Amino acid sequence: MLRIVAASRPSSVPLLAVASARSSLLSVPASHSSPPDRRNIASTSARQADITLTVDGREVTVPQGSALIQACEAAGSPVPRFCYHDRLAIAGNCRMCLVEVARSPKPVASCAAPAMQGATVFTNTPLVHEAREGVMEFLLANHPLDCPICDQGGECDLQDQSIRYGSDRTRFHEIAGKRAVSNKDLGPLVKTSMNRCIQCTRCVRFANEVAGVEELGTTGRGNDLQIGMYVEKMMDSELSGNVIDLCPVGALTSKPYAFHARPWELKTTESIDVLDALGSNIRVDSRGVQVMRVQPRTNDDVNEEWISDKTRYAYDGLRFQRLTTPLVKGPDNRFVAASWPDALAAIATGLARTGAKGNEIKAVAGHLADTEALVVLKDLVNRLGSDNLASDLAGKRGDSPPVHGIDVRSNYSFNSTIAGVENADAILLVGTNPRHEAAVLNSRIRKSWLHTELVVGMVGERADTTYGYEHLGEDAKALEAFLTGRVKGDFAERWAKAERPMIVVGSAMVEHADSEAVFGMLARYVAVSGNRIVREDWNGFNVLQRVASRPALYEIGFVPSRAAASIKPKFIYLLNADEVDPSSIPSDAFVVYQGHHGDRGAALADVCLPGAAYTEKGSTWVNTEGRSQLARAAVPPPGAAREDWKIVRALAEVLGTDLPYDDLVGVRDRMWAISPSLVRWEGLEGTSLEVAKAGLQSLSAIGKNKPSGAKMGLAVSNFYQTDVVSRASVTMAQCTRAFVTREKDGLNGLGKAPLQAHA
Amino acid sequence: MLKPLRSSPTRTAAARLRTFATVADPPVRRYGGLKDQDRIFTNAYCRHDHGIKGAKSRGDWHRTKDILLKGDSWIIQQIKDSGLRGRGGAGFPSGLKWSFMNKPNWQADKRPRYLVVNADEGEPGTCKDREILRGDPHKLVEGCLVAGRAMNATAAYIYIRGEFVQEANHLQQAINEAYRDGLIGPNACGSGYSFDVYVHRGAGAYICGEETALIESIEGKQGKPRLKPPFPADVGLFGCPSTVANVETVAVAPTICRRGAPWFAGFGRERNQGTKLFCISGHVNNPCVVEEEMSIPLRELVEKHCGGVRGGWDNLLGIIPGGCSVPVLPIKKCEEVLMDYDSLKDAQSGLGTGAVIVMDKSTDIIAAIARFSSFYKHESCGQCTPCREGTTWMMNMMNRMVEGRGHRREIDMLLELTKQVEGRTICALGDAAAWPIQGLMRHFRPEVEARIDAFRLKHGNVAFGGRLASEVDDTLAVPDNLGVRLPVEAPGTV
Repeated sequence: MLRIVAASRPSSVPLLAVASARSSLLSVPASHSSPPDRRNIASTSARQADITLTVDGREVTVPQGSALIQACEAAGSPVPRFCYHDRLAIAGNCRMCLVEVARSPKPVASCAAPAMQGATVFTNTPLVHEAREGVMEFLLANHPLDCPICDQGGECDLQDQSIRYGSDRTRFHEIAGKRAVSNKDLGPLVKTSMNRCIQCTRCVRFANEVAGVEELGTTGRGNDLQIGMYVEKMMDSELSGNVIDLCPVGALTSKPYAFHARPWELKTTESIDVLDALGSNIRVDSRGVQVMRVQPRTNDDVNEEWISDKTRYAYDGLRFQRLTTPLVKGPDNRFVAASWPDALAAIATGLARTGAKGNEIKAVAGHLADTEALVVLKDLVNRLGSDNLASDLAGKRGDSPPVHGIDVRSNYSFNSTIAGVENADAILLVGTNPRHEAAVLNSRIRKSWLHTELVVGMVGERADTTYGYEHLGEDAKALEAFLTGRVKGDFAERWAKAERPMIVVGSAMVEHADSEAVFGMLARYVAVSGNRIVREDWNGFNVLQRVASRPALYEIGFVPSRAAASIKPKFIYLLNADEVDPSSIPSDAFVVYQGHHGDRGAALADVCLPGAAYTEKGSTWVNTEGRSQLARAAVPPPGAAREDWKIVRALAEVLGTDLPYDDLVGVRDRMWAISPSLVRWEGLEGTSLEVAKAGLQSLSAIGKNKPSGAKMGLAVSNFYQTDVVSRASVTMAQCTRAFVTREKDGLNGLGKAPLQAHA
Repeated sequence: MLKPLRSSPTRTAAARLRTFATVADPPVRRYGGLKDQDRIFTNAYCRHDHGIKGAKSRGDWHRTKDILLKGDSWIIQQIKDSGLRGRGGAGFPSGLKWSFMNKPNWQADKRPRYLVVNADEGEPGTCKDREILRGDPHKLVEGCLVAGRAMNATAAYIYIRGEFVQEANHLQQAINEAYRDGLIGPNACGSGYSFDVYVHRGAGAYICGEETALIESIEGKQGKPRLKPPFPADVGLFGCPSTVANVETVAVAPTICRRGAPWFAGFGRERNQGTKLFCISGHVNNPCVVEEEMSIPLRELVEKHCGGVRGGWDNLLGIIPGGCSVPVLPIKKCEEVLMDYDSLKDAQSGLGTGAVIVMDKSTDIIAAIARFSSFYKHESCGQCTPCREGTTWMMNMMNRMVEGRGHRREIDMLLELTKQVEGRTICALGDAAAWPIQGLMRHFRPEVEARIDAFRLKHGNVAFGGRLASEVDDTLAVPDNLGVRLPVEAPGTV
């Protein structure tokens, strides 16, 4: 689908013109009425009553069922705490949050006490001060005072709170000394220093409730209480890194980051993760030109407070295998470093030599291509007269238009929204293992599965999902049997009665032999079930993308036309395309690779152009829901590498093609013209019911033939290495050894993860 | 003011001020001397048959059906009128506690409801429940049925201490016999009420005697106390409404119902009525478990039933009147106090479980209390900070105090530590660990100080924390808060 670019530069075009252009772009529907505003009566949940109480003389109103600590927080009276955490169950064991409540003889643990109507609470009385000081003294009694050599120093809750609430000197001189606890081996990611543990059990609760590692717990009692697995075992979870953030002291710290930097040396940049399609909100901490670590940022709509281990630890891959200077393949088939003008001139020469015309010029977009670069590349290729805009889907599926089409966004998006998973009462997974394709989303499903009556069914290869599911089969035939009601069982019964059923189709289904059949039968099933699955307040048809660039790819229409699909290309431009099938590249074609790592794509190229990685550029990313988010540059690109859209823009200049923008504002104006939601960062615009139904209507026409019955494999076989960054990462390689190939595991010689633990 | 005569109740002192001859003194009520016909536990010493035949001959299971048919509110009213207070240590009024189970509209709640009987008798010095389980198990089983009927429970779980092997066997035998005779189970005693009794054996943790830890333990989890609220009456065993009660409390219920609340309330002082099993151990000539009237004077209890203190009353050093979690009383107080909740509370101690530990002058009282500290250190569950860290710290300090290896100022510091633990923890184990030390320092501080001074005379100055000043290397940086160079205070000053 070719979009004609206006001859004048859009940066100078007033927004009115852009708005009129938008109205003509029927292919990208943007509903401005968000569904929650139009609730019908049935979906309105009962409003919780509010209660009013007095905290330190200030009246505060909180919803019924709040903890006292939340009421104190709301009243602006901070309460120190170690064990309490908003997103975990309440343990009430650190006793740091003691407050005084009128008519209560003893101080009350505010995290465990419910806020009561009319209660009078004091957080600033001598009794409270004395209680806090006492608890702090006890915590420090067995805590090594080794802050100068502790990795948590500077961001340690115990350190901060002992300064604020503790005594100014010690009384602990016992000759019996302090407790000594042996360290535990939790794997290559989490470093333990258990002497420092204050037994708050946050990690235990996280592992049990969120990550699904139920082995972590406490052993021993009294002063010998230890956190661990009892039987020595590594913490096999995609979310294990989060226990480091949760640990209020330096007992659990980051192994790869150990002793690399102090928090006050770091520059913090708020950004977006691109190693899966969730768009987890992250904080990139950098020192100088190096990314030192990645931490999560709170966003309740996307990742709550968690990120996956790949997100957190793959950053060391940004240091290795980088392309730092343009490379041109010499006559002896070896790359020679070149200057930017030479490299761009070599491309122009190459294009002229191959004589590529029209659709013979092919662009391939890869996993980590940002939206700005995609838009500029698409404009360039279109200007050169080509519609051959491929992507690196497996099995050469990217060379033809995707099965779900791109005309309606809801056909390829996660329409129920990530937060909406918590409202679902039945989930049908089709050809996907969310644990590896979207680990943080998986924890939401687990949360819902633990706390509600949610049931999960799965069609596809069995996997350990951390929650129970009913396995319905492994191929499209099994799916068909289920959808036509030929499968009996608990899940089928509950699914039939579910009020908010959710179908989650894995992105691998687009690349599957039976993709048309799967999408077709699901669309017909949704249509037949009336407004049960798709209705005004609920859209239960979801496609779970696993690659960060794909939603944006489809949003801007970066797909080949049917005519282009059959053309043999002579000039191929690989934009971050590392998963491309080498056999899809003719041997006589001229290949340009633009990207940040010397990986599979660069090996195929005649000219390599060094681009910037996601931490090095301000760029837009669209997540699987269709949520557009802005990543920011934390560090500069290494060497001669440049931001990707600028490289393409410069190439256009060399090729003599005029693109109507010179700066980032111009590019974003252009993005606005294509789809305004692309530059409405942080917002999520759902597809309206009519358009979503029309999209499913168009899908139900396809795939009416019998499915072949090919098995649905796992889209991600190794969670830790899925893209160029994680493949270059030493930490991820260690994780692969520890958790995937299990080379270090001497005791467990089975060599395979227990796949059916939950099935 | 006139000093009241030995063992006469103090409340008569006010009346004595009246001068008009026409107003006679109210008769002085003396407590104690329970008659044999008023004993509830008639086979406490297991001299007779503990089986159902023997139990029936002693009056158990006599017209239990009629009691059940009187209904829940009648039973609870009887218990309330009898003034029975929980015999497990805390002394909460039992009738009130049981009535929490029958909230308005409780029938709408379809969850099962449980009576949980706490037979995890682990308090050092206490051995009363053991005698009940061994000799009178049918009293407990019948008590379960009556108490269960009162709170409309569907089943009773008896959590018995793991070390009690014979007791568990006797109890299980009693339950089997009761099932066989149709006394419990579906249509218990022919009353149309269905009730099951299960025995669950513990694994030897003192903390599992705490009610919520006990619930956790029955559920198969680590025995760690839960946060309250929610209280067990709302969310208890397996998430259902439950009430945890002591063996003795439950076992006396049928007799109260049979003989009437006024009979039971006729014993003991106001608010402390009833009879009670006392376990007297330690330096007495004849240690025993005996059922006596509440409010019996402590001295009378010891002299009447135990043959007195070894070497005569004057050889007495102190008595711990209620198990190891209550403060010790010196001889002076021991002469005055009555064995009930209020009198012992006024004496800054407590009735606890009624386990009287008698110590004569041969006792090293500091070592005795230090042993308690080790016990609490060992039994702390480790869940909450003050108890986990505090019990260890207190134990370490107490162990030094035994030797005298410390500084006089550390006595106050130790007391401060006990205050930092007391009332700050999830359950009462923190309090229980703190009180014996407070009692020791309250009444025996001079002995502790003397021991410290003696150690100092022999070894020279002692730094805070127990290091000898002579061991401290002055060439190294020594923190000035270690007290190494603190002037030696003369004995008797400070």
